[in-house]
Amino acid sequence: MGNWPLLSVITFLPLVGAVFILALVRGDREAVDRNARFMALWTSLATFIVSLLVWINFDDKTAAFQFVEKADWFTLPGGYTLTYHMGLDGISMLFVLLATLLTPICVLASWQMKHRVREYMVAFLALETFMVGTFSALDLVTFYIFFEGVLIPMFLIIGVWGGQRRIYSAFKFFLYTLLGSVLMLIAMFALYHATREAGAPTTDIAQILEFARTKGFDTGLQKWLWLAFFASFAVKMPMWPVHTWLPDAHVEAPTAGSVILAGVLLKMGGYGFLRFSLPMFPDASIYFTPLVYVLSVIAIIYTSLVALAQEDMKKLIAYSSVAHMGFVTIGIFAATHQLAGDQTLLGTQAVQGALFQMVSHGIVSAALFLCVGVIYDRMHTREIARYGGLVNRMPRYAAVFMVFMLASVGLPGTSGFVGEFLVLFGVFQANVWVAALAATGVILGATYMLYLYRRVIFGRLTKVDLMDITDLNLREILIFVPLVILVLWMGIYPAPFLDVFDASVQGLIQSFKSGACIGNPACFAVQ
Amino acid sequence: MTLASLSAAWPEMLLALAAMALLMVGVFRQDGPGTARLVSWLAVATLVVVGVLAIFVMPEEGRKLLFANMFVADVYTTFVKVLVLGAAAVGIILSIGYNEREQIARFEYPVLILVATLGMMVMISANDLISLYVGLELQSLALYVVAAFRRDSIKSSEAGLKYFVLGALASGMLLYGASMVYGFTGSTNFSQLVTVFGQTGAASVGVIVGIVFLIVGLAFKVSAVPFHMWTPDVYEGAPTPVTAFFAAAPKLAAMALFVSVMVGPFGKLIGQWQQIIVLISILSMALGAFAAIQQTNIKRLLAYSSIGHVGYALIGLAAGTKDGITGILVYMAIYIVMTLGAFAVVLCMQRDGRMVEDIKDLSGLSRTRPGMALMMAIFMFSMAGIPPLAGFFAKIYVFMAAVEAELYTLAILGVLTSVVGAFYYLRIVKVMYFDEATESFDANTGRELSVIHVAAGLFTLLFFLFPSALTQLADQAVQSLMGG
Repeated sequence: MGNWPLLSVITFLPLVGAVFILALVRGDREAVDRNARFMALWTSLATFIVSLLVWINFDDKTAAFQFVEKADWFTLPGGYTLTYHMGLDGISMLFVLLATLLTPICVLASWQMKHRVREYMVAFLALETFMVGTFSALDLVTFYIFFEGVLIPMFLIIGVWGGQRRIYSAFKFFLYTLLGSVLMLIAMFALYHATREAGAPTTDIAQILEFARTKGFDTGLQKWLWLAFFASFAVKMPMWPVHTWLPDAHVEAPTAGSVILAGVLLKMGGYGFLRFSLPMFPDASIYFTPLVYVLSVIAIIYTSLVALAQEDMKKLIAYSSVAHMGFVTIGIFAATHQLAGDQTLLGTQAVQGALFQMVSHGIVSAALFLCVGVIYDRMHTREIARYGGLVNRMPRYAAVFMVFMLASVGLPGTSGFVGEFLVLFGVFQANVWVAALAATGVILGATYMLYLYRRVIFGRLTKVDLMDITDLNLREILIFVPLVILVLWMGIYPAPFLDVFDASVQGLIQSFKSGACIGNPACFAVQ
Repeated sequence: MTLASLSAAWPEMLLALAAMALLMVGVFRQDGPGTARLVSWLAVATLVVVGVLAIFVMPEEGRKLLFANMFVADVYTTFVKVLVLGAAAVGIILSIGYNEREQIARFEYPVLILVATLGMMVMISANDLISLYVGLELQSLALYVVAAFRRDSIKSSEAGLKYFVLGALASGMLLYGASMVYGFTGSTNFSQLVTVFGQTGAASVGVIVGIVFLIVGLAFKVSAVPFHMWTPDVYEGAPTPVTAFFAAAPKLAAMALFVSVMVGPFGKLIGQWQQIIVLISILSMALGAFAAIQQTNIKRLLAYSSIGHVGYALIGLAAGTKDGITGILVYMAIYIVMTLGAFAVVLCMQRDGRMVEDIKDLSGLSRTRPGMALMMAIFMFSMAGIPPLAGFFAKIYVFMAAVEAELYTLAILGVLTSVVGAFYYLRIVKVMYFDEATESFDANTGRELSVIHVAAGLFTLLFFLFPSALTQLADQAVQSLMGG
């Protein structure tokens, strides 16, 4: 099976399923809905199994790209041939798994969906294709197509199946993200132009990384390009102050839409920083690190405070996502502080922490949105004040919710702890003040999450309409069991996950260092 | 001069003869819808045959000059002509059912379209300011009549009159510019102008004034800002199939002419005209994006959208490089398919036998006609330039050319306006998918419309699988225009 294009299979299998649903599922409405659901479930499960195969065969000893597929696509006027180029390294491996894991869970979570089921399932499968493609594309144009293609299904998911203000939110989501992305597109052309000037025109990400490591781009150009890429990734992340689309999108999106949004789409920003900004523009990354720190610290403290004041559960979790992503960005950019002597370890820890935090947040926030979805399905409200004392009627739910709440807080033994700890550990060595300020976010995080949990789960069960609320059913337990296992596994024994990206992060830091030191051998001796 | 030596001009000759023959057919048969239908399909067949012939007689390499160097045929002209012929054929097919339902089915319509197409082919092949003008006027005069084809409608008559008055003004400017160029260089022939400017390397003020007037005239024909004023009114007023035709074939022909004039005889003077094109391009993109937001009529919206698209295509001309010109050809080819597809959907917007044209009439189309709504959504996302649809590849080409030519401001303003533009394209998707369903459209709008919009939709959706099919042809065309 070494010759199988496994990565393309994972990428396009969901799309094939979507086409099948569109083309084949016919009959009366009941049958159509049922067949569409099962079709989507089996397709996404098959995709997940194939992605597990990839994970098993993944060699974590090397920083090189694996499962590489390359084919000529079409020729640009200058005679340069664009390629369809896919591949995985340690940085992207877990994100692909995250996307393939969350899609079947989303399908299961939407089992009760009554409204236009066929189109809904098609949208989710198409979304999966674009997500997996984004993380495995190794050519700028291929990457961009997947990265921006995500917008179409997500726009429809929010707009067609969303809540009251779905239209406003869908437009805001789409236009915000598009505005960031188009600037990145121009920057990608400028990258191509720069390599063409240097005599080796390429849009291949691996080759551009090599170029940045050995020859390096002009510092002035780096700053512009960094800003253009930043515009795209900061919106996607999202970083303060361009985060305002996120609470709207989360609140209005259907549960599964929020799950994908928080679980996978937000990770594209962090992935982009690691794949593009840091290694391709090392000088600019060093230059702009203070900016990232300031924005991230504001994000952590400000959005945590905002989260504290929320009355809507989804909005609260949305703001907490912005705060958690703040940890990710300071972790990523802590790598730019390299001290004299052998200090590679320092950047490595922070970046590993950031990556781990992203994967952990992908599972935890997805699970939290699913938790909200469970009671929303029963009560049709997300207002915190309408709940209270749920532990009396829903003990299993209370236990599950608690696991994810504590993981979000970062309690040792859960996945949330490992990521935040590594980030703070790395950042502390780079910049004490940033670490100290960010650490307050941990406290605030505990405050708003515990406050939420107390108001919803504990207290006396006084509200009349909550009296006959039912506990988790079998389908919901099936959804939560893998997530609970993962959160605890990642918290108690994180080594298998850290090992996946260890070599790649080392490689990333190395190439960052050699890129930043071009023409300046003493660059890291003083700083 | 034997007939065989004129082989490069056979398509034009055949088209001229066929147009006259079809006129005779129309005159000598009984008047009525049957005749109109017959003549229309014969006209479509003629266009197809002419297209095949054009490919068949295409000079293998180099440029073939005819009629005292006034007429040129090469891969570039053939590429554009085949696209124009295809767009014209689709334009006629779109009109058949509509004209019958609106009781304006007359055989003159396809004949006029054929004559206009002949004018376009002469324009495309023009290698002299005089043959350029002759072709342009032949096209324009036929189009003025077609715009006012629905004689009983005030709007249609107004559209025709407005188009005529403003078009005549633009033609006058173009002639004035041509006379200035002739006065200061002593030649109207492109080949001679190239050598004139090649020797001196600079141009006198008179020539530059002449070029500016030529640009004004051509900008009017492609409806670029600030010479776009006629476009929304004419698009709204003219019968819908005419609008579809206007948005496709003449625009492509005029754009191809614009390109061959600017990079041909005046190519050496790019320093003089580049900034004008940059400005026109920015203004067109911005106006196309902002003015469309307020529109409620779908035809007016598509009019502003077409102005915006011209702005994007002109980015390629502003770059002035081979990459840029290839970009224009790719852009216009994709634009034509999307536009004709979108208009095929608009032509299906009919309730109780009456055409409706408001955007809100599309409400809930995804419930009542899911297939049609899907196709329209594909066109809208594609026009907004969202990957992986065809419109994205069109934009890649021109923006890449702009970055390669280091026109960063133009490129950045271009992508920013494309975000504004995305707003109104999304609005149509929103109306179709998010809003409550209203009454369904009539089902009897004809199978040819469905075939056209489904074919165009599949092309737009699946373009990413076979982009080289189009881009290589465009590449060869530009090679023959600008030399290896």
